[in-house]
Amino acid sequence: MPGSAETLTEARRLRDHFAAQGAQVVKADVLQPADTLLDLYGEDIRARAYLTSDPLRGEMVLRPDFTVPVVQMHMESHADPARYTYAGKVFRKQESDETRANEYVQVGYEVFDGQNPANADAEVFALIAAGLNGLPVRAATGDIGILMAAVRGLRTTDARKAALLRHIWRPARFKALLKRYGSGAARTELLAADDPFANAGPEIGLRSRAEVAARIEALRADAAAAPLAGEEAALIDAILGLRETAPNVLSALGDIAVDMPAIGAAVSRLEARLEALAARGVDVSSLDFEGSYGRTSLEYYDGFVFGFYAVDRLDFPPVATGGRYDALTARLGAGRAVPAVGGVIRPDLVLGLSC
Amino acid sequence: MLKLGVPSKGRLMEKTFDWFGARGVTLRKSGSDREYAGAVDGIDGVELVLLSAGEIPRELAAGNIHLGVTGSDLVREKLANWDSRVAELALMGFGGADLIIAVPQGWVDVDTLDDLDAAAAAFRAKHGFRLRIATKYHRLVREFLRDQGVADYQLVDSQGATEGTVKNETAEAIADITSTGETLRANGLKILDDGLIHASQATLFRGRRRDWTDAQRQKLKALQLVLGI
Repeated sequence: MPGSAETLTEARRLRDHFAAQGAQVVKADVLQPADTLLDLYGEDIRARAYLTSDPLRGEMVLRPDFTVPVVQMHMESHADPARYTYAGKVFRKQESDETRANEYVQVGYEVFDGQNPANADAEVFALIAAGLNGLPVRAATGDIGILMAAVRGLRTTDARKAALLRHIWRPARFKALLKRYGSGAARTELLAADDPFANAGPEIGLRSRAEVAARIEALRADAAAAPLAGEEAALIDAILGLRETAPNVLSALGDIAVDMPAIGAAVSRLEARLEALAARGVDVSSLDFEGSYGRTSLEYYDGFVFGFYAVDRLDFPPVATGGRYDALTARLGAGRAVPAVGGVIRPDLVLGLSC
Repeated sequence: MLKLGVPSKGRLMEKTFDWFGARGVTLRKSGSDREYAGAVDGIDGVELVLLSAGEIPRELAAGNIHLGVTGSDLVREKLANWDSRVAELALMGFGGADLIIAVPQGWVDVDTLDDLDAAAAAFRAKHGFRLRIATKYHRLVREFLRDQGVADYQLVDSQGATEGTVKNETAEAIADITSTGETLRANGLKILDDGLIHASQATLFRGRRRDWTDAQRQKLKALQLVLGI
């Protein structure tokens, strides 16, 4: 049971495990202001979190995770470096699968330390692996940072790169954009018109005619740009299609970096991370790496991503998940960014696997 | 006894009565015109329950009625996992309306969802908030836009006169039901080329709860035989 006495005991054991590494135990309110989450995630948060309204405070949300409140707390404290742990319930709407819990305990460990990101990544992964020690779980890993570096390295316009980066977490739209940038010749009729507004009718609404004209200019600039070379799109596909053990992926990425030097730094970071993981006793030779892992989560991971899955219980959600979220701290830090990485374990699932 | 829920007023009720009547089952209001009680002739053991079309999905899922006539859009909007909770017995061929996304005609740069997504990104950067889409079909619209990978929008609730929200500057675009598109055009709006979310029509549904008695299951078979569905 997600909230049983056994679960709470297990949660305390895991939290103590994290605290023993020097993490400060922190708490967060169950009711959080909704505006931050709505601004970060838009409508998706309404589908996933319980929103309610307070007569004085406006829209509130039952905390769907601890990461956002912990980041906010950290950004106000100005402590650096810092390590935090917490245990408590989170609340998630289940719109399609009634068998999944809509409230369950998470125990988390978050590291705000920019000194050595590879080491911090490995620290979080290894600590969570140690917390799950002996359980029949397999780890999956990925790195959103490599995909982002590859997009930034495309030989195409900044506007196209920005659009692709915006849709890293929406695979269908990302793919459609890549295809469109490769095919050229779009919106010829609109762009050829002497007066595109000839049949536009009256101007209504907040989006002004100047904004429409600006978008037409953006379309014109895009039409004038050379189509994205097929080989470039193929490199992105190659990265997304990677699905092997980490050392094999590292070797494959080394090959890709020959044609796309822009991913070199991100690949070096992966290499450093694997070394740091090995130094902490993780068997990296058998560690799975998937090029597209983490792309369907809520969009805050932008580097290392990982999950632990029950080997014999395919019906279970992931037992633990985590990743690096440097960009989130920049968004919430009012201009100040702190490299951050963290992960959570679900003690109820740990117990479900131990018995 | 098998309870059949039918919309309690308007064209949807009349068309439903006609549809059943043409198949040998007479549905009628009993008592005065204002009373929401009904009668069924032509088959025994079926009870007519008149209620709001918007409540029929919920009542079906709860098992308070066994069969119900309502718009396929309402079932999809109001019931999560609708097809595990109700099943379609017959598409009735009337009450047709499309749930669509519409934007101002003046947005000559926006014909598709791809354009809408790009316009939303620029709009959010300029105005500091997400592009607003007015609708009462929150679930259907959100799932559609998520599947299509549209970002930087927000839904604002509009329970009526949705076409007017753009002019009133409480929304930039709308997602609403339309049959002819006339009201949209009159309000300066146009439908996106790939903005069809769901083509709705009046549909006869059955609830899928497991607690039906054998007698109720046999009664449904008998009714389907009479109706020829």
